[in-house]
Amino acid sequence: MSEKSEKSEKSEKFERLSVLKTYKLYVGGKFPRSESGRVYEVADSKGNWLANAPQSSRKDARDAVVAARKAFGGWSGATAYNRGQILYRIAEMLEGRKDQFVREVGDAEGLSKAKAAAVVDAAIDRWVWYAGWTDKIAQVVGGGNPVAGPFFNLSSPEPTGVVVVLAPQDSSFLGLVSVIAPVIATGNTAVVIASEKSPLPALSLGEILATSDLPGGVVNVLSGRTTEIAAPLAAHQDVNAIDLAGADEVLAKELEIAAADNLKRVLRPQPVDYSATPGTERLTAFLETKTVWHPTGSLGASGSSY
Amino acid sequence: MAFEYAPAPESRAVVDIAPSYGLFIDGEFAEAADGKVFKTVSPSTEEVLSEVAQAGEADVDRAVRAARKAFEKWSALPGSERAKYLFRIARIIQERSRELAVLETLDNGKPIKETRDADLPLVAAHFFYYAGWADKLGHAGFGSDPRPLGVAGQVIPWNFPLLMLAWKIAPALATGNTVVLKPAETTPLSALFFADICRQAGLPKGVVNILPGYGDAGAALVAHPDVNKVAFTGSTAVGKEIARTVAGTRKKLTLELGGKGANVVFDDAPVDQAVEGIVTGIFFNQGQVCCAGSRLLVQESIQDELLESLKRRLSTLRLGDPLDKNTDIGAINSAEQLARITALAEQGEAEGAERWSPACELPSSGYWFAPTLFTNVTQAHTIARDEIFGPVLSVLTFRTPEEAVAKANNTQYGLSAGIWTEKGSRILAVANKLRAGVVWSNTFNKFDPTSPFGGYKESGFGREGGRHGLEAYLDV
Amino acid sequence: MPTSASSPKLSAPREQGGTPTALADVTASDSTLRRFLHGLPGVDAVGLEARAASLGTRSIKTTAKAYAIDLAISMVDLTTLEGADTPGKVRALGAKAVHPDPTDRTTPTTAAVCVYPDMVAVAKEAVAGSGVKVASVATAFPAGRAALDVKLADVREAVAAGADEIDMVIDRGAFLAGRYMKVYDEIVAVKESCGTSARLKVIFETGELSTYDNIRRASWLGMLAGADFIKTSTGKVAVNATPANTLLMLEAVRDFRAQTGVQVGVKPAGGIRTSKDAVKFLVLVNETAGEDWLDNHWFRFGASSLLNDLLMQRQKLATGRYSGPDYVTVD
Repeated sequence: MSEKSEKSEKSEKFERLSVLKTYKLYVGGKFPRSESGRVYEVADSKGNWLANAPQSSRKDARDAVVAARKAFGGWSGATAYNRGQILYRIAEMLEGRKDQFVREVGDAEGLSKAKAAAVVDAAIDRWVWYAGWTDKIAQVVGGGNPVAGPFFNLSSPEPTGVVVVLAPQDSSFLGLVSVIAPVIATGNTAVVIASEKSPLPALSLGEILATSDLPGGVVNVLSGRTTEIAAPLAAHQDVNAIDLAGADEVLAKELEIAAADNLKRVLRPQPVDYSATPGTERLTAFLETKTVWHPTGSLGASGSSY
Repeated sequence: MAFEYAPAPESRAVVDIAPSYGLFIDGEFAEAADGKVFKTVSPSTEEVLSEVAQAGEADVDRAVRAARKAFEKWSALPGSERAKYLFRIARIIQERSRELAVLETLDNGKPIKETRDADLPLVAAHFFYYAGWADKLGHAGFGSDPRPLGVAGQVIPWNFPLLMLAWKIAPALATGNTVVLKPAETTPLSALFFADICRQAGLPKGVVNILPGYGDAGAALVAHPDVNKVAFTGSTAVGKEIARTVAGTRKKLTLELGGKGANVVFDDAPVDQAVEGIVTGIFFNQGQVCCAGSRLLVQESIQDELLESLKRRLSTLRLGDPLDKNTDIGAINSAEQLARITALAEQGEAEGAERWSPACELPSSGYWFAPTLFTNVTQAHTIARDEIFGPVLSVLTFRTPEEAVAKANNTQYGLSAGIWTEKGSRILAVANKLRAGVVWSNTFNKFDPTSPFGGYKESGFGREGGRHGLEAYLDV
Repeated sequence: MPTSASSPKLSAPREQGGTPTALADVTASDSTLRRFLHGLPGVDAVGLEARAASLGTRSIKTTAKAYAIDLAISMVDLTTLEGADTPGKVRALGAKAVHPDPTDRTTPTTAAVCVYPDMVAVAKEAVAGSGVKVASVATAFPAGRAALDVKLADVREAVAAGADEIDMVIDRGAFLAGRYMKVYDEIVAVKESCGTSARLKVIFETGELSTYDNIRRASWLGMLAGADFIKTSTGKVAVNATPANTLLMLEAVRDFRAQTGVQVGVKPAGGIRTSKDAVKFLVLVNETAGEDWLDNHWFRFGASSLLNDLLMQRQKLATGRYSGPDYVTVD
């Protein structure tokens, strides 16, 4: 590990043994182990052991969906301003723990400290970008419609519901943040499957989220074998949408077929440059448009004629 | 009855239906490659109206090729030129609207009052609306120069044949795509007349191709490797099949599927208008409407008086010859659909719901179903859960707004909902909570080309109409 | 599908003062009356007008049209309410009411002639023996701005002169100020002055009440107070009878009968000039209140020029040719 405790000059007899972190899932605002009791080895880019990560089961996936569904009402019902404040709070929390993420991202992706720092900075900035979107997207994609009749007619975007997110496999943190933030910015709740080989930044992000005023269950992070966890989630009838960013071509097709069972909204995998400023596509992919009509008519009965 | 309305049939002479029609591919009418044909009948009389070529896989391939070939030039046209073609089409539809209304009534079985006053005006308006977008796409919020997708494969249902065609073709052409459209097997005629309108408008060959046929042709179209965009309106079951078919491809998909809309009536509703809204909600087009208000959720405290008013109103509905200008309820579109409605209604009775219909004489030939009301229905009844797609209303009660919302949302569908109350804050609160793409408050079944339409959950995804409707046909 | 309306209960009990027993509590005090009127279901203007427009698309042809035209003629309150009215003018009107089409004696008579109180005696003589009623506007028509005893004197004079029907105006000022009991009491007093012989039509001047909610409240108020007819307008303001306000009043009489057993008539007045319009109103009656109201005892048109158009249409139906104004009589 890159950061080992340095020898104390006064006690040279032994090196202080560092305290390793037990990485855990983040589900419903809590940090459980996998109910299956399984873990798998996570190594750095050179193959050195970093930690054991929970290897989630389909039951963990199910629990995560329950937590996400339970959180949906409150989160989607929160004001957009409030959601923006919380997303910004996530950026603040990350900024304070930047060193940890620089280390984890560097290990995970084999980046130099400087490059890893740039990635973490970009990820923090991404939260800020989406924090600002929460109370603007409705004005950009919604609005009044000039129908040909005496009706008030307004279209507004609403969150789709529970969204399963297969985080990108290679961009373990910036990619991760880039797919989670737009989902929750608009009021969805998320079940995130971390990068299979590099899940540690995602699991640590759970700790940030838990201390950022984000209600438990809004984001749930699972680590493990992507195919194993994704299959039951893609078929889950109480999941409304799925982002296949972290799926290869074969898995993506399989999951898209499973997703058809309850007509989940599917965002197919596509090449994304996560370092570039995103557009609104990931926001709108998980929005429904609701159009509300109401009669307007005249002020009184005196306008009518035949 | 003292004031007996004499028959007032709209003249059939305004429309000239040929004894046979071909497929419309690359600007020409042609026989199917395998020579197959099918008959289309008038559902109100079972009279054969015409014999129509039945598209097969080879025809789908030919049509897609024609559309592909046409795409290059069509998409390269300045938007302002594409716009003028669409304006032409809109105008010709207006000119020929009586003819098309009569045709649609003959082939579909719906009352002339509806084709004349709803379908056709909306068809023309839809083309007129999207015509105006063709040269303004850079201002629509999809980037400065959004590109079309290519060939759109479109499959439409029989309940609003020409209107669904308009919803599909107008935005597709405005954005620079070319189309292959398959109308439903029971209502192919208005789409074939539309082909003639394309000819009159001078639309380049291959830009619009019409393939009458059955589900196999639709499946082949959806699966065709050179189709870039799939748009489907129809049943949820078929929608799921299509979603599986396009999985793993780059085809963009929009689906507009079934519904089980809740029409929620609170105790402070404007009662007379609510009764009209309930009637419009479930008996418009014989209830063969995906966004029908097929579940009436009425506050228990006013159930009796509301049902009394509703029954009295249903007794004034006039069922019969769809061409008669005074007909409110026309024929069911097909024997198959009639059988489905009949079976579900029988199941409603078998499950213990109370069935009621006004005294109502059904014509001896054709496919007919009397307006039907079921009371004592609960969420557990099949008729409260399954889409019946017919003139059958299930009446349920609720006690509080929370219960109303919970029941309204307790369905796999999420297309439409209605709210009736004079209390403004309640309208907005309930509308917020309803998981449905269209919420009509103190009105029902209103449509407009500027107003996005489409569902939540298993009612499909994507929106048709308005600026939103462009997205489905742009590479964004 | 036939409607199955129950037969009217014309003799349902009304307490003294006009309010049916079933609703006696409502008019017990100012506050109960207010609560009741404000508790009536609201009216959505767009929905109401859409329904009226939709019924306006009914296509009434051939035999149905012939029936409707004769029915409409029989429902006309042939009206002259001018400062310049003279006995000669009123006699001409009476003659026309009795024989609307001198060339065709099968033409039904109109329901009534409608005149100012001072012309009642002349009118009465002009229609004597024909069955045509004489209606008189009263209560300081059309403004209604006079003291109650003046209004009642106006009514008594008309009744004494032989008026079969009294068309009173309500105090719109009091109504709009929320003084419903004052309006109620005044109608009750006028009804008493009508005695047992004259039927009372209560004019709301819907154009001045402005909102549909007000028209519904006024309708119930009028019926509670004992109106035999509720009537839209005086014909003296900008907006008079419309399909929508008449539809709303038809809903009110329908609901009132369902609740009390008492049937009340409806009279749209002002602005109805063509046969086509009149037939639309009859469709409203037919499909809203029902066939029990398809009789001039329960539905009237307050009109003057309408009659000639009905007669021209009637001639067209009889002969197959379009008629012209020279073939019907001017009043």
